[in-house]
Amino acid sequence: MTTIDPARSTREGVHEQPARGGTGTRGTRILGIATIVAMGWLVAFGLGFSPADRDQQESVRILYVHVPTIWIAYLAFTVTAIASGLYLFTKKKSLGWDRLAGASAEVGTVFVAVTLVVGALWGRLTWGVFWQWDARLTTTALLFVTYVGYLAVRRLGGSHEQRARRSAVIGLIAVLEIPLVHWSVRLWRSLHQEATVLDTDGDIDMDGLMLFSLFVGVVAFSLLYAWLVLHRTRVMAMEDLMDDRGLDLALEARRSEGRRSERRTGTPDPRPAGDTIDKDGAR
Amino acid sequence: MSTEPTRDPAATEPIRDPSSTEPVRDPAATHVTARPAGGPPGAWRIALLVASKDLRIEVHSRVLTNQVLPFAGVTMVIFAFALDADSVLQRVAPGLVWLATMFSLLVLVQRAFAVEAEDGALDAMRVAGVDARAIYLGKLLGLGVQLLVLEVVLLFAAVVLYSQTVPLEGVVLLVTTLISATCGLAAVGTLYGGLAAGFRGRETLLPLLTLPAVAPVLIGATRAVEAALGTAGAVVSDGWPWVGLLVVFAVAFGVGGSLAFGPLIDE
Repeated sequence: MTTIDPARSTREGVHEQPARGGTGTRGTRILGIATIVAMGWLVAFGLGFSPADRDQQESVRILYVHVPTIWIAYLAFTVTAIASGLYLFTKKKSLGWDRLAGASAEVGTVFVAVTLVVGALWGRLTWGVFWQWDARLTTTALLFVTYVGYLAVRRLGGSHEQRARRSAVIGLIAVLEIPLVHWSVRLWRSLHQEATVLDTDGDIDMDGLMLFSLFVGVVAFSLLYAWLVLHRTRVMAMEDLMDDRGLDLALEARRSEGRRSERRTGTPDPRPAGDTIDKDGAR
Repeated sequence: MSTEPTRDPAATEPIRDPSSTEPVRDPAATHVTARPAGGPPGAWRIALLVASKDLRIEVHSRVLTNQVLPFAGVTMVIFAFALDADSVLQRVAPGLVWLATMFSLLVLVQRAFAVEAEDGALDAMRVAGVDARAIYLGKLLGLGVQLLVLEVVLLFAAVVLYSQTVPLEGVVLLVTTLISATCGLAAVGTLYGGLAAGFRGRETLLPLLTLPAVAPVLIGATRAVEAALGTAGAVVSDGWPWVGLLVVFAVAFGVGGSLAFGPLIDE
């Protein structure tokens, strides 16, 4: 049961630097440095250069994190869906697509969590409450739970192919589910909350510097997303490799242990350790 | 299933390979394809066999009447403890009916697939070449019938416990809502139930996957039943757009589920 595609792993850089034992390559290190620089710019523009808002005052600065994270989360879930589809519907069932889907969903889920937490803080400052049963907020919360479920499905166990097929199906069902949830929640709010006008993007007449800060935020979080997904995909490839090779390595370790004790005592080990392990291994 | 040995393996529906898009293209057509007389049973016939088998098991084991219905009834009573005011209860009664239905759905789905997993029946059916879509449809039908019984009982409980009334003009809307919502719930429940079938530790996953997915049904069915019962001054005509939502949901998950079920249970 070889589940790792060696060509792909090499291309991903898993075997390129075994001595270092990390998942970094020249490309990802440049990307990582670019991410740090962009994050520095975001801090400088978000907290420093951009002006406070007329209505929201300083709390507007939260939006430079809030808005980019949810945009990138949508992007991440789109990538998950596309990668799931590519896994299911291509002839060569490359586990690389499955790992990309999983890594993207993990990062996306974290970003949605950031959006929700940061958004709740912003809501407390601006609306006076942490949460409103607004259509967009409710859908986002359900989106979060849906992908937590997806990640739980990924950890069900079984072979890598089973994991890949199951999670690809769930990843595609989520695409079916989210628009339905969004539509129903919108309908629910539009008919039942006439008074509430929760215009989350109230001031469209955005200051130029504010718009630029938001842009810096989007760039910074896009870079962070790419960097995290690349590394996570590689770590997953290594985990899969470890699963596959782990048994072989354990067998090898036991055999050499047996050989050592044989040499030390000068007599063969009375326990037929190698044989039983082989049988275990075969099972 | 008694029809199994007489089947000609060459003529059966091929086991769907997830890689090929061929059978995915037109799911509806395969369901309604009439088999030639004397040939293997068609998808609908298998579905009916699976459903009737499930219902027969229920009649014999009486899990629905002895455990699930009492559980749903207890839920209705403890809702009253939480919402300690007659006016509140009266106002939110339709929502509580559907909430109790959803909790019971989780129990029913687990039961429906525990029956299959005990003797590896699901695997046996797949090995015998039974189309996964037919199994899905059959489990969906069996689950749907049980859910309908449950919902009627819960509505009756709402009439008694939460002082609801069923006006005559709302009956058509009420029945349509019950049927469409049941189809949606059963479609989602069967799909995720198949995923959780027969593996220890997976049962806990079922609520996490199912409840966010059925949120639209909870919203739509609650509003539609409010309209049908005239809760808080709602009128019957308000309910029909929600029935539309429920029908779209049931169709989407019915089609999506029948396509996804095969890859999910092939392990």
